[in-house]
Amino acid sequence: MSDGRLETVTLEIFLQNVANGITLGSLYALLAIGYTMVYGILRLINFAHGEIFMISTYFAFYGIAIFALPWQISFVMAIALTALLGVVIERAAYRPLRDAPRTSVLISAIGVSFLMANLGLVIFGGRPKTFYRPQLFQIPIQLGRIRVVALFFIIPALTVVLLVILNYIVYKTKIGLGMRAAQWDFDVARLMGVDVDRAVSVTFAIGSALAAIGGIMWGLRFVEINPNMGLFPGLKCFIAAVFGGIGNIAGAVLGGFLLGFGEIMLVAFLPGLAGYRDAFAFILLILMLLVRPTGLLGEKQRVRT
Amino acid sequence: MSGNRSNDFVRKAGIALALLLVFYLCIYWVQTGWDAYKVRILNLSAIYIGITLGLNLCNGFAGQFSLGIAGFMAVGAYTTALLTMSPQTKAAVFFIDPLIWPLNSIQWGFLPALLMAGLVSGLVGFAVGAPAIRFRDDYLGITTLGFAEIIRVVFTNTRSITNGALGLKGLPPHTNLYWSWTFALICILLMTRLTNSSYGRALKAIRDDEVAAEAMGVNLFYHKCLAFVISAMMAGVGGGLLGNLITTIDPNMFRFPLTFTVLMMAVLGGLGSITGSVIAATLVTVAMEVLRALEEPRVILGVFLPGIPGMRMVVFSIALMVVILFYPKGFMGDRELSRDSFTNLAARFRRTFLHKQV
Repeated sequence: MSDGRLETVTLEIFLQNVANGITLGSLYALLAIGYTMVYGILRLINFAHGEIFMISTYFAFYGIAIFALPWQISFVMAIALTALLGVVIERAAYRPLRDAPRTSVLISAIGVSFLMANLGLVIFGGRPKTFYRPQLFQIPIQLGRIRVVALFFIIPALTVVLLVILNYIVYKTKIGLGMRAAQWDFDVARLMGVDVDRAVSVTFAIGSALAAIGGIMWGLRFVEINPNMGLFPGLKCFIAAVFGGIGNIAGAVLGGFLLGFGEIMLVAFLPGLAGYRDAFAFILLILMLLVRPTGLLGEKQRVRT
Repeated sequence: MSGNRSNDFVRKAGIALALLLVFYLCIYWVQTGWDAYKVRILNLSAIYIGITLGLNLCNGFAGQFSLGIAGFMAVGAYTTALLTMSPQTKAAVFFIDPLIWPLNSIQWGFLPALLMAGLVSGLVGFAVGAPAIRFRDDYLGITTLGFAEIIRVVFTNTRSITNGALGLKGLPPHTNLYWSWTFALICILLMTRLTNSSYGRALKAIRDDEVAAEAMGVNLFYHKCLAFVISAMMAGVGGGLLGNLITTIDPNMFRFPLTFTVLMMAVLGGLGSITGSVIAATLVTVAMEVLRALEEPRVILGVFLPGIPGMRMVVFSIALMVVILFYPKGFMGDRELSRDSFTNLAARFRRTFLHKQV
């Protein structure tokens, strides 16, 4: 009798962890897409991506808290503003260095990331804020023996919808064709009449918008937001992008899901290693780079000088 | 001929000795006469000079973009701390999980502890560098950053060696200006000797074109690895000095912002310039203290200005951005300040202002 009870509890905990893993994986996937798209075109780790993600949560937070907007409008505004922020960052900090050595651009990216994290600290204050949670996302749903809130379904579902839209943009529209051309060969794409600057801007806008949606979902899921929350999810999602094969959107999604899932399962089933959670992603990265540097779904990399 | 040469050598050695003597007299004067706050800033400057030079060797001269400096500093700081703390202090600090034998019963002098710190961080540097240097640019950056994070996480979790997140308290305050500036001097000398040797030229060749360097017979693995290891050793000894200066360390000190600070110093001074690193490390360390005023509330001309925490790093981030966007080579580029450059400057001055026709 007691054995049976133990088993049900374990199953419930297991299912709860699966739900947690899928949710975290979806959020990582949304962030990883931004990294992989930018890296695909510019061969640049956009270090500021994590901070873009962080600032988007504050846009949404202040839209509700200060401007008293309804949450729907506030969220949409936050996504739009974040997309704009991404484009502005690319123009101001990356475009002037496009012909500079790669390390200069990388240092610039690190500089932007620090500038934004510290500006966040100055403007928003270091104390964590509590994110507003609309009732819609809190509806409890009974699913067999486990109870979860609607958010756990909304996040993965929204991620899937966004992926379909992204797929349409990248593979069916003209600007998507330009983006893919620029990714294939930046200079030849330019010679062929592709407006590569526009393609890069659109890439940053899309990547930042996805980061903003991820950020808002993150706020809804984990409630607490602070100016330092960008660094770690940012680095981890870059790793997810590398893990899946950098430059490959499907790979970024797969990498994000695997990383999120793996992290939750590691903590759930090997609690003794829970302290090593933040190192898990980096160990994965190093092993992956040593064994298969192109990632799970990556093709052989073309050398571009 | 040979007599002339040995005379020249004697003259140069004499000048060097005299300069050294003056330098240490200055240090003696500062150490005994100035207030503790200024002495502390000067100590920090010297430590950062050494660490920045280490980073510059790897990132600037060899072109291997490493972001792992904070990890090596952590290794050095913990090694020195564990070797120099007295057994009584250790017993008091490790009150949750006792420190493992033999570390709990030994106490070394500062010099052997620092040397050990250099050795251990050099070994860690090799362990990190050997697999990592096959990557380039951003991948190398993210991999070394990852290694530094792994080191930090391991230090947070091995409580019976590092006392975990609580950190170590009550380190003996061994570091003074003699230690720190001798360290800085050794680093400067090492770097000048290194960069003017065949080894330094090989590193620059690797930075400029890896394939061509390899074709010319430069052993890539050996040279990159050595740059990595020396850089890690300098960071390790610097970390050890830092730990015994501020007397408390914990793993969260050694996060990415520390690497960012050192990287900023190297970039502002110019990646590939020794004098640039020295000047920038000193300036940034002093500016860090001066700009502290921004973060403290104060009244200026009757207007109350609240302090803004975090404002210093905003200023430094903007400085870094401005430099990398408009002066990508930093303020020294890869040039050096030496006696020759003064002589050249004087000659140019004479030509332009005194007798133009020469």
